Amino acid sequence: MSAVKFTKDHEWVSLDGDTATVGITAYAQEQLGDVVFVEMPEAGKTVSQGDEAGVVESVKAASEVYAPVSGEVVEANPELEDNPALVNQDPLAGGWFFRLRLSNAGELDGLMDEAAYKAYIEELD
Amino acid sequence: MSEKTTFTSHRGLELREDLIFEIGARDRSGVDLAPLRGVRDRLGGITREVVDLPGLAEPEVMRHYVRLSQKNHAIDMGLYPLGSCTMKHNPRLNEKMARLPGFADIHPLQPASTVQGALRLMDELAHWLKTLTGMPEVALSPKAGAHGELCGMMAIRAAIKARGEIQRRMRVLVPESAHGTNPATAALLGFSVDEIPASDDGRVDLEAFRDKLGDDVAAIMLTNPNTCGLFERDIIAIADAVHEAGGYFYCDGANFNAIVGRVRPGDLGIDAMHINLHKTFSTPHGGGGPGAGPTVLSERLAAFAPLPRVVAGKSGLELVEHGDQTEGGPFGRMVAFHGQMGMFVRALAYMMSHGADGLRQVADDAVLNANYILAELNGTMTAPYLGPCMHEALFDDAFLKDTGIETLDFAKAMIDEGYHPMTMYFPLVVHGAMLIEPTETESKASLDLFIATLRDLVASAKAGDTERFTTAPQLAPTKRLDETRAARQLVLRYRSTEKKQVRAAE
Amino acid sequence: MRYLPLNDADRATMLERIGVENIDALFCDVPAEARLDGPVDLPIHKSEMQVERDMHAMASQNMPAGSAPFFCGAGAYRHHVPATVDHIIQRSEFLTSYTPYQPEITQGTLQYLFEFQSQVAELTGMEVANASMYDGSTAAGEAVLMAHRVTRRNHAVVSGRVHPQYVDVIANLSDMGGFGLTHVPPTIQGAEDLLSSVDENTACVVVQNPDFFGSVNDYTELAEAVHARGALLIVVVTESVSLGVLKTPGTMGADIVVGEGQSLGNGLNFGGPYVGLFAAREKFLRQMPGRLCGETVDADGKRGFVLTLSTREQHIRRDKATSNICTNSGLCSLAFTAHLSLLGGNGLQHLARLNHEQAVDLAGRLGAIDGVKPINETFFNEFTIELPQPADMVVEALAVRGVLGGVPVSRLIPDGGFENYLLVAATETCAPEDMAAYGAALKEVLS
Repeated sequence: MSAVKFTKDHEWVSLDGDTATVGITAYAQEQLGDVVFVEMPEAGKTVSQGDEAGVVESVKAASEVYAPVSGEVVEANPELEDNPALVNQDPLAGGWFFRLRLSNAGELDGLMDEAAYKAYIEELD
Repeated sequence: MSEKTTFTSHRGLELREDLIFEIGARDRSGVDLAPLRGVRDRLGGITREVVDLPGLAEPEVMRHYVRLSQKNHAIDMGLYPLGSCTMKHNPRLNEKMARLPGFADIHPLQPASTVQGALRLMDELAHWLKTLTGMPEVALSPKAGAHGELCGMMAIRAAIKARGEIQRRMRVLVPESAHGTNPATAALLGFSVDEIPASDDGRVDLEAFRDKLGDDVAAIMLTNPNTCGLFERDIIAIADAVHEAGGYFYCDGANFNAIVGRVRPGDLGIDAMHINLHKTFSTPHGGGGPGAGPTVLSERLAAFAPLPRVVAGKSGLELVEHGDQTEGGPFGRMVAFHGQMGMFVRALAYMMSHGADGLRQVADDAVLNANYILAELNGTMTAPYLGPCMHEALFDDAFLKDTGIETLDFAKAMIDEGYHPMTMYFPLVVHGAMLIEPTETESKASLDLFIATLRDLVASAKAGDTERFTTAPQLAPTKRLDETRAARQLVLRYRSTEKKQVRAAE
Repeated sequence: MRYLPLNDADRATMLERIGVENIDALFCDVPAEARLDGPVDLPIHKSEMQVERDMHAMASQNMPAGSAPFFCGAGAYRHHVPATVDHIIQRSEFLTSYTPYQPEITQGTLQYLFEFQSQVAELTGMEVANASMYDGSTAAGEAVLMAHRVTRRNHAVVSGRVHPQYVDVIANLSDMGGFGLTHVPPTIQGAEDLLSSVDENTACVVVQNPDFFGSVNDYTELAEAVHARGALLIVVVTESVSLGVLKTPGTMGADIVVGEGQSLGNGLNFGGPYVGLFAAREKFLRQMPGRLCGETVDADGKRGFVLTLSTREQHIRRDKATSNICTNSGLCSLAFTAHLSLLGGNGLQHLARLNHEQAVDLAGRLGAIDGVKPINETFFNEFTIELPQPADMVVEALAVRGVLGGVPVSRLIPDGGFENYLLVAATETCAPEDMAAYGAALKEVLS
C-alpha cells in the first residue's frame, strides 16, 4: 500500500494497485461528533474528482463526502450501514467509506501528504 | 448529587407516565357510542379485522395527558427566550373567539351565503395585514412560516416565468446568516442558492451583494430584522439594487414583531414577505404548530397570488377558487380549502385588542426589552455586534473560552434554574451563538431575575464550577438524553413484541 | 394595554440603563425615510369585551354545522369531539410550548408525538409515520416529491378520483419543482385506467381511498402493477375515521400513505388548522419529510424521547433538505392522538361502522326520492348522488330551508360535466330527524 494522501475536505485516500480506498480523517470525525449514518455511492457509479460521493451524518450535522480522485466506485463499506460508529472508532482503517478504480493516478499528486495535512488542520484550529 | 429514589418512580408532584400502549387496552374506551344496528354494509368486503390500538377510560386519558403536560416548559410557566421564535403571551380571548361555533363549526365548502361572517373575517384580517405592511395584496392560505416563504418564492418564480426569463434567472441570493428554510425553499423550486457573506457588523455586505448581482438573479431572500437581531441599514439600497438587476426582493418576515407599527415593509422595497401569525400576532405555538404564514405581495407580484381569494361579489363576499391557467394570473393553489381559519380568528382578535396604537407599543417594548438584556449582560457575556439590537440580543461563546463549558452546557444549566434556554448555535455566522428574545410580554422584574441568573451562571463558569453545566440538567424530568443512540438505534414507534423481548433480556 | 407588563416608569429606567434618550433612538438603524411617525390607519385598541362583541357579530353571520341538519364532507368531516380533547389541548403546557428542541423539558410533547406516530403507523398499516404535516393536501404534495427522490424519476400519475384541491396542490408543487404530472380526467365510476400512463419516468401513482366520489377501493392489484413498473403507490385518505374499518393501505401494498387527520379530535374550523398524516415503508425513511420523534434513554438510563434524524431537515441540511418544512401540526396532532386514545381500537372500529350505517341509512332515504340517483356501489360515510338539476342550485335552496345538504361536485370540478352531482356525507353526528329533515327538504326543492 502506498502512502496515504489527504484532501482539504478531510478525506483520506490510499492506493493499492489501481484501487483507491477513501474515508474521512480522524480530525473530520472528531469535528462531526458521533456518526449516526453514512450514505455511500453505489458500486458502478463513476465519479470525478471533487464530486459529491456520499454523506456522513452526526446528530447535529451532515457533511458531504467528496471523491478525492476520479474513478469508478468498486464497493462501499458494507459494515457502516449497521455500525456507523466505526467511523468514529477507526476512521483510518475499519471506518473506510468506499473504494474506487482510479482513472487518473496523476490526481493524487495534487493532494496533501500526512505532514502537509497536519499543518493544514493546525492552521484551522 | 445523590438522588432520592421512590418505589413508584414518581417524584412528588412529578409523576411518571408510561405509554398509552402500556396502560391501555383495545377493548377499553372513553367514548360512549350509539349501538350498531347491523345493517347490510356497502364496504365491498374491503375491510380490516382489528385496529390494534389501546383505549383508555376518560379519567385515565385525562391523567395521562395532564401528567405528560407537566413535563413541558411553557410560556404560561416562565420566560421562554427562544430567539427567532417569539414566545410571547398567548391571550386566552383568542382561544375563546376561535371556539365560537360561528367560526369553529363551519365547513370550508358550505355555500358562501352561509359563511359571510367567515369571509368578512378573512377580508378584515387581510386589510390589517396589508395596512400594517403597506402592501397591496396578501395570500392568506399558507399554513406556516416556511409555507408562506414557499408562497412568496412561488409568486416570484411565476412572475419570472411570465417574463419569459425562467431559463436564465434561476439564482437566488441568501445571506449566510439566513434561516435554514430560506435555502431549502429556494432549492425546492429549482433555484440555485448563492450565499452572501456577512459584514463585520452582522449585516449583509452590500458590496459583496452587489458583486453577486446579475441578469441570472431571480431574487434575494433576506430576513429583516435579520437573524442576528439587527436591522439591515442598507435595506433600501439592497432593494433598489436587486430591482435594478431585474430580480425580486423576498423578505423573511419572521421578525416582523420588532417593527410592526414602526416600519412598513412596503416602504422598504420588499416584493414578498410572509408573516408568522404565531410570532407577531400571538397565536399559540402549540408544541410545534399549527402556525400560519399569510404572505403579503407587492404590486409587481399581486396578480400571481395563489387561490383562493376573497372578493366582493354581487351578493356579498365570495371565494374565488378557480382561476384560468393563463400566464400572469394566480400561480395555483397551496392548500386544500382556504388556510388556517382558526389562526386567522386568533390573530385578528389580537390585532383588534392592541389596535394600531398598541401594536406600535408591542414593537417598542419588544425592542426595549431586548436592548435592556443586551445592555445589562454585555460585559458579563460577549456580544459580537454593537447595539442597538431589535427584538433579540445575540451573544457568542467567547465568554466561555477556557472554562471547558460549551454553549450547550450553558443552556442546559439554565434549565435547572427554571428557564427554557435561548436559541443556540443559530445564526451560524457567530461561534457558539446564543440568541435571546424576551418579547414584549415580559415584565421588568422578570427580566431582572433572568439577567441576575445569567450573571450567576457566568460567575460559576468562570469560577470553574463546570459540574453545574456539564451534568445539567439535574432538576428536569429527565437528565440529558442520548440523541446519538436515538439516531443509531431508531425506535420510531411502539412495538409490543420488541418491547417484550427487551424486557425479557433485561 | 392589558398584554404589556411594562409601565412608563419601567420604560424610563430601562432606557436610562441602556443609555439612550428615548425609544426612537433604538430604531436608529431604520432608514429615516421609512420610519412611521405615528400609528397606521387602523382602529385603536379595544377592551376584551368590545373585541368579543365585534367577533360575535361576525360569527353570527355564519351558519354553524351544529345549528342545522348537516351533510358536507369532501375532505372535511364533522365528528363529535369529546370535551376532554379540547380541555387537553388547552393545557398551558401543551398550548404555549414550542417545538421540543430541548427534550429534557418537553417530554410531554415528545411522548405524545411518539404515541401519535405509533397510532398513525398502525392505522395506515405502515411501518413508520412522522410527527404530522400541515394538512392532508400538503402531505400529498410532499409525498409526490418524496417519490421523486426515492425513485429518481420525474413524473407522477394522479387518479381522477383524488380530491381535486389535493390534485391542485400536487400539481402546483410538481410544476414549480420542475416535475411532470399526468392527471387522469375525473370519472365517477367504472374502472379507471391509470397504468397506461405509467412509464419508465413514473415515480408514483397517486390514488385515494375512499375516493373523492366516496367509493371504497382495493388497490392491491394496482400496487403490484405499479411496483412491477418500478414506481411507488401513494394512497391518500381524506377521512381518517375510515381507517377504523377499511382494509389498510399498507395491506394493499402502498409505499406512502398520506391522510387528513382532521376527523379525529379536530373541528371543521372552515378548513384549518388540520393535521396531515404521513406514513411510509421503513426503507424510505431517510427520504421522508417532516419531524420524527424517536425513543432513547437519558444519562440515568431512563426512557425518554427526542426529535431524531434531523439531518434531513432544513435547519441542518439547508438547500439539501428533504423539504423546507419547519413545523408540524403539533396541537392538532395532540387532539388526534387524545381522541384516538379515548376511542381505543375497538372504539374506533365501532365509530367507523356507525358512520357507515348512517350513510347507508341516508343513501336509502335520498335514493327513494324521485329524480335522485345514488351512484356508488360501495362507500364509507360519503357518497355521490345525481340530481335532475344543478347541484349548486339545490344546495343553495336547501340552505335557505336550513339544511346544509352536501358539496356540489362542480364546486371543486367546475368544468367536468358534473353539474348535477352532489357529494353527501353522514357521520355519527347526524340524528335521525336530521336525515328526515334533509329528505323532506330535498323532496320539496326538487318538486
